[in-house]
Order: sequence, then structure tokens, then C-alpha cells
Amino acid sequence: MAQAQTVLDTFPKYLALNARRFADRPAVRHKDYGIWQSWSWAEQFEEIRAFALGLRELGLTRGDKVAVIGANRPRLYWTFAAVQSLGGIPVPVYADAVAEEMAYVLDHAGVRFAVVQDQEQVDKVRSYGEKMPSLERVIYDEPRGMRDYDHTGLHNFVDVQQAGRAALEGDPSLAARWEDEIAAGSGEDVSIILYTSGTTGRSKGVMIRARAAVNAALDTVAFDNITEHDSVLAYLPLAWVGDHYLNYAQGYVSGFCMNCPESQETVAHDLREIGPSFYFAPPRVFEGLLTMVTIRMEDASGLKRRMFEYYIDLARRHGEAILEKRPVPFFARLNYAIGELLVYGPLKNVLGLSRIRVAYTAGEAIGADLFAFFRSLGINLKQLYGQTEAFLYVTVQKDGEVRADTVGPPAPNVDIRIDETGEVQFRSPGMFCGYYKEDEKTAEAMTPDGYVKTGDAGFFDTDGQLKIIDRAKDVGKLASGALFAPKYIENKLKFFPNIKEVVAFGDGRDYCAVFLNIDLQAVGNWAERHNISYGSYQELAQHPEVRKLIAADVDETNRRLAAEPMMAASQVRRFLILHKELDADDGELTRTQKVRRSFIAERYGELIEALYDGSGEKYVSTEVTYEDGRKGQISATVKIVDAHTFGTGAAEPVREAAE
Amino acid sequence: MNAHAQPHAMATAMDDGIAMGDTLMEVKNVSLRFGGVKAITDISFDVKKGEIRAIIGPNGAGKTSMLNVINGFYTPQEGTIVFRGEERRAMRPHHAVRQGIARTFQNVALFKGMTTLENIMAGRSVMMHRNILWQMLWRGPALDEEIAHREKVEEIIDFLEIEHIRRTPVGRLPYGLQKRVELGRALAMEPSLLLLDEPMAGMNLEEKEDMSRFILDVNQQRGTTIALIEHDMGVVMDLSDRVVVLDYGKKIADGTPDEVKTDQSVIDAYLGVAH
Repeated sequence: MAQAQTVLDTFPKYLALNARRFADRPAVRHKDYGIWQSWSWAEQFEEIRAFALGLRELGLTRGDKVAVIGANRPRLYWTFAAVQSLGGIPVPVYADAVAEEMAYVLDHAGVRFAVVQDQEQVDKVRSYGEKMPSLERVIYDEPRGMRDYDHTGLHNFVDVQQAGRAALEGDPSLAARWEDEIAAGSGEDVSIILYTSGTTGRSKGVMIRARAAVNAALDTVAFDNITEHDSVLAYLPLAWVGDHYLNYAQGYVSGFCMNCPESQETVAHDLREIGPSFYFAPPRVFEGLLTMVTIRMEDASGLKRRMFEYYIDLARRHGEAILEKRPVPFFARLNYAIGELLVYGPLKNVLGLSRIRVAYTAGEAIGADLFAFFRSLGINLKQLYGQTEAFLYVTVQKDGEVRADTVGPPAPNVDIRIDETGEVQFRSPGMFCGYYKEDEKTAEAMTPDGYVKTGDAGFFDTDGQLKIIDRAKDVGKLASGALFAPKYIENKLKFFPNIKEVVAFGDGRDYCAVFLNIDLQAVGNWAERHNISYGSYQELAQHPEVRKLIAADVDETNRRLAAEPMMAASQVRRFLILHKELDADDGELTRTQKVRRSFIAERYGELIEALYDGSGEKYVSTEVTYEDGRKGQISATVKIVDAHTFGTGAAEPVREAAE
Repeated sequence: MNAHAQPHAMATAMDDGIAMGDTLMEVKNVSLRFGGVKAITDISFDVKKGEIRAIIGPNGAGKTSMLNVINGFYTPQEGTIVFRGEERRAMRPHHAVRQGIARTFQNVALFKGMTTLENIMAGRSVMMHRNILWQMLWRGPALDEEIAHREKVEEIIDFLEIEHIRRTPVGRLPYGLQKRVELGRALAMEPSLLLLDEPMAGMNLEEKEDMSRFILDVNQQRGTTIALIEHDMGVVMDLSDRVVVLDYGKKIADGTPDEVKTDQSVIDAYLGVAH
């Protein structure tokens, strides 16, 4: 493979290489003004050079930190390479973070410059200006609405590039000097600081060295045979390790084309237009797709519906075997080919998944049915397990050896062990070199012999695949002494389409009880069919018929739990449907939509007590934060429902949830 | 070849030879009657180029009638309107459009079965010059013209952040978005005066905030002069440069939001007064 002969140690070096070896191949596309605008690697090289020289004119020097805030747009990705080319360190920040969180990260990282998307982000950054003494300049991509702004220390991205181009025109030797600057970059430099989403307290800045980042990307690119002919849709949060790894790091070492959607709302449509060959989505996206398909099919004509059901059933029986090239009866294979023509092909086309060669999911457990559904359509969906500290990959499933309940064997060159407490620990090529300015936390996260502690409890299955049960610290015990793994219960419930979010309680208590959020799309559709009118989430969530609907799902979960000897004690005795959706703006979820259990336990303490003191309802008033940072109150009387529990039934092998 | 790197130059209002801050339109002693009912009595005010001018007043004060007079839907019995230096009394709405006046309606008046894109394109139809015979051909000047107009429309779609509903029939859209599409259609005419009839009516707080931002952006970015009618006093006071207050068809106050807010006759008109 081409990459094997040209192992470099920084991304800007790959940029220069790609501008030569893939000069005319598309590097990035962005849908703008209704059209896919595209840049080749040579053009991208020129754009990045112009911006880098412009940044130099503004005084950026080696070691400076530059915050990058916004949606997936070419200019923000160019900022990564431009900053790295000058020896600076990009620090991507979650664009939907409220101003205060953002200020913390910017100040902690000590950024000198911030490159942001638009007025909204400029306002956020500037509103805490006095708390960020190191911040000197803000550069924005979209000028809209900022004509009357005080432009001291505020620059338009285009103007910075223009300054760079002008400087180059005045002194053509700058181009060579810039390339020398790239060549001077070392693999030992910190390539990027990725702030964790803060599942457990304040975000920490994970530093990744350039060589580690490049090596990790090379390994996985080789593992999945990714080449310059592949294409991806960049739609995940820019500040998340997954986006940086899958789109930027893998893109630069392999030379594939990255496509930036028009806006967050058009992702589904843009996906269909691009038809990427490599795709990553967290389980909830696949869940959303399946929900959408199911709802659409309910509205389809009888003939279409029967055809869909017949072929989906056929796919369920043989689809995965065909995908994995296992023997399948001839007629089934023939019938599947007809199904591909009539159902699977058109369906994949509508979802934008027609050309998928490799798709991954990670971050949360994925339901076995959901996982099998997509695989049976012929989509090579696999799981991986990763962490920011590993620069993503820790384990990854090989083609043909894929299971829903495990996360795969160690990724290439990754060394994993399980310590005596059951915690998963690893050493990997991409592993971080420390938390920025927090040496004691770095020390806490490492073992003395150089392994990284993941904080996840898990074990290796007989076939060498890793299974993750829960966060190591979250695994607790019921008052009876039985094992209590909250995430396991939550995931079981979340596999029901009507249930969106769950928080389970039970550690040190007599029984397990849960908070639920209904899925507004699925339950809303159901309500429409049953002539139930509602004005808001709150109203629908408190509807008696909805409670009955959810109670049926909880009962079914209990029935399944009863069949598992280790989990039978954790059957859900009581539950309530929360009067508001859990939201990252209120601190209830992390920016990657994971539940912050301890925060919720504190915030809704009185509701938890109500779950255990036998009361049938409870009045609560909760403070909510709107997008602009203002606060409001919502209050409701929340009903608490008793669920049916079951005696321990026939034993079935325990299946653990994967992180 | 690298044209895509530069955003399209923002289309601005029609160049009408009037400097910013000069009078764009003047309403002179206008009275309008329907039979014996006096809708508007002897009203005069002006709109300066580049400003946001609000017309407010309690229900039935004659605000919408005033707007209808401005865009030529009603012909006043007395008084004249001077627009861009041209005095006129009677004219038809399509003349108003040609002159550079566009409007939105209190009750959304879009083509429900057509998509967002088609609705906004419809706003440009007055500027399309190729006749139906050209338009029946696959290629040629009509296609070039269509492409040029589509580019302008895409700028508006980008400006109003409605990319995701480009292909959605507007009848399926929530109310707040329909209002935004209607604003888009009015903008497509590249008006020098934009009339907005209760742009925030029936919106929730978030939609109102969005709409306010778009109105300000239209005004600042595109340099469009705006005259708007609105009930929501908070919105009016925040948005507008000058406010004219009507009550029972008469003008009772005219000035900056702060002046108007403290005017006793305005307070009486809004809060009622013991007779």
C-alpha cells in the first residue's frame, strides 16, 4: 500500500504529501448555497497555506493554542492543519457548550486565538472575555450580523487568508519557508488537545502527540483498507475524538474525501446525496433511522407493507449469513437478491447507506435486534470500543466476526488487560501523553507500568472479544447483596422504541427503580394514531395512556430480566416518566448525550425518595436553562407507577451491555 | 476556478439613488374611508432609508389599512404618498412591487402545495423576462435566467437558515417557519421598502427571537428599509428606530421608542382611560 512506503509523523506533512500524490482528487466538499462545492487536495493545500500565513502575520508562533469552535465546515478543519503547520496546538471545543463551559476550557487551555463559526460563537467567547486573559484574537467564518461589531481583535477568516496571500505575493519565498516550518514539525509535538465531554466532573484536556495520532490512524486505515477512493460525511461534533480521528486523522493519512453537510438539520438528506463508503454513528442514530423506517412503513400501502415485512423477515434469517459469506441455501440466496432489488436496495438508498463498505457504532450499547436489522440489509456494521485517552480505538471487530453484545478483540497494536477488580486497562499506539496542566490526574488515570485505566468494567469472552458491563464505579449492590449494574438495566429499557432515556437507581436500596424519558417521535406518532392530543413533551409524558404503554415495556423488560439469574433481582419495581427531557444544557447529560447519574440523583432527590417511600405521585418544580442561558421553571405532578415483576424463570446466558 | 471559496456577494436593496437616512417614502395627509367608516384620518409620516419604522396601535387602529394604502391595495380618498421622490395616489399592487415595495401578510399567504424553494422563486417572477415560449425549451436564455435567479434564492435560503426545508411543501411546515418562508419570498423581490404585517403574530418566544434577529439582519446586512406593524410592544421597542402610533385611525404619537413609551396619549390608548 502507498501509505506503507511513506510513513510521516505529523498531519501537515501528510497534507503536503497529499497535495502532491492526490493533487486533483477531492479532499473536502461542503454543501453551500444548495450545491456541493469541492476542493481538491492541491486547492486545500493552498487554502490552508493562505490561512497559516495569515495566522503568522497575526503573530501565531510555535506552541500557541488555538480554540476551534463550530460545526463541521471545511474552514474549521483547515484551521487544524494550518495551526499544526506552524507548530501551534488546536483545541476544538464543543460548539453547543454554554458560554461558561466554553470559557473554562478556553482559559484552562490558555488559548491565544479562537477560530469560530459565526456570530453566536463570537458572542459566547466574548461574553466571558475578562475570564480569558490569554485570548487575543477571534477569527470568524461567517460574517453575518457582525458588521457593527467592534473589530479590535476580531477578524474575518477570509481577511486572514487574504493577508496570508498578500504576504506570499510580497515575498514568494514564504511558501518554501512555510514548508520548511512543516518539515521542522516533530512527531513528539502535541498534535491536538481534546477536552473530554465531562461525564465525571470538569472536562480534562487530553494531549495527543503527533506521532501517536498518525500511527493510530495508519493502523486502522490499514485494518479497514481505507484508501483515497473512500468518502465520509463529517457530521459528528468537531470537538469529539471520534470526529477528529475518523475524519481528520484518517482522512489525512489515507487521502479520502471528507464531506461537510449544509447544516445540522440536513444531515440525513446530505448523507443520501453523498452516499459515503465509511460511516460512523452512535447507536441512537441507527435507532432513529429504524424508528423512521418503521413509522414510514406504517403509513405505506398494504401491498408495500406486506412486501417489506416479507423481505425483512427473509433478511433476518439469511441476511447476516450472506454478508459474512457463510453458506446459505440457494433459493434463499436467490430470493435475497430479489429482495435487494425490491426492498433492501431502495431502503439503503433512502437512508444514504447504499455505498457503505465499513460502518461503525460505539459509545453506548446497541440492541441486538437493531444491530442485526442493519447487518441483515447487507450493511457491514461493526462495533468498536474507544476512549479519548486512546485517541479512539481500543478494540475493534473484524469483518465476519461481529456480535452485538461484544466490542471486539484489541485493535491493531493495542495491548489490553483486565485488572483484579475487573477494570479494563490498555496500552495503545495512539494513547495520550497526559492531561493538559493536570499531572496528578494523569497519574491517577495510569497504572505505574504505563497502562491507561478505562474506568470500565468488563471481561474477555471465550472467543477473545471484549465485553463491557458498566462503568466500574457504577456497578453496585442492592440491599439484598445482589449485583446491580444500572447501565445494563437502562440499556435494556432503551431498546424499546418508545423509551429514549433511562436512569436506574438501586445501589444500596431494596429494589431497582427508574426515571424514564419517552421518545417524543415514536410516542408522538403513536398518540396521533390513537387520537391523543398533546401540546408539549410534558403533557404527553404525563398522559395516562402513555403511562400504560410504557408500563407494558417495563413489564416486558422485567420478564426478560427474570430469565437471567444474575439480573433477576434487579427487576424494575417502580418507575416514573420525567416531566422534562434530560438535557445537556441543564447539565443532566454530557455533551455526548450520556446520562450524568450523580447530578441527576442530586437534582431530582425528592423524586427518588418518592420512588422508594411508596407514594403514588409527587409534585416537583425544576429549573431549566434555555439556549441563551436564561433560566425558567417547569413544574408538574409526576405519577409513580408500580411495575409487574416476575419470578426467576428459565435460565438464559447472561448478556452484558457493551459501552 | 476558486470562485466557490468566496461567499456570494450579498445582494443588497435596489439602488434607488437615495442616500441612507434621507426620506425614502412620505405619507402626506392620507385619509381612507369605507363608506361612512373612517379607517384612517389625515395621517402623515415619513420613512427614512435604512431605518426600521414601526406602526403600532391597539386593535382596529388602522395599521393594516395603512399598510394596504402604502402598497397600493387601497386607494385613499385624500392625501398622497411620495415614494422615491415620485408622488402618486392610486396604483395597483403590482406597480408597488415594480417600484420596490414588498410585503408579508398577517395571515401567511404562501402557496401551500409548493415547496419553500418554489415559493421563494415565485417572489422573483416579476424579474423574469423570458416569455413562456423560451421557458418551454430545455436550454437557452430562459435556463440561464433561471439559474441566475436560483443563485439569488439560494442566498436567501442560506440567509434565513431554511436549507433543511428547501424541498418541503410549505403547507407541512410549522407556523414560525412559514412566516420565515414568506419573509424569504418578500426578500426575493430585492425590495427597497419591506412591509411586514405582524411578523411575530402567534409565535412562541424562541420563534420571536429568531424572527427579530432575521429582521435586524435584513436591515443591517442587506440595507433594506423596513416598515412593520406589530402588537408585541417589547419586540417593537427593541427593533425599531422610530415608531408611529395610531389610534382610531388617527396618529397620536411619532418618535423614537423611548419618546413614544412615555407619551401620555399612547399610554391612554393602550391601557384605556376613564371617560
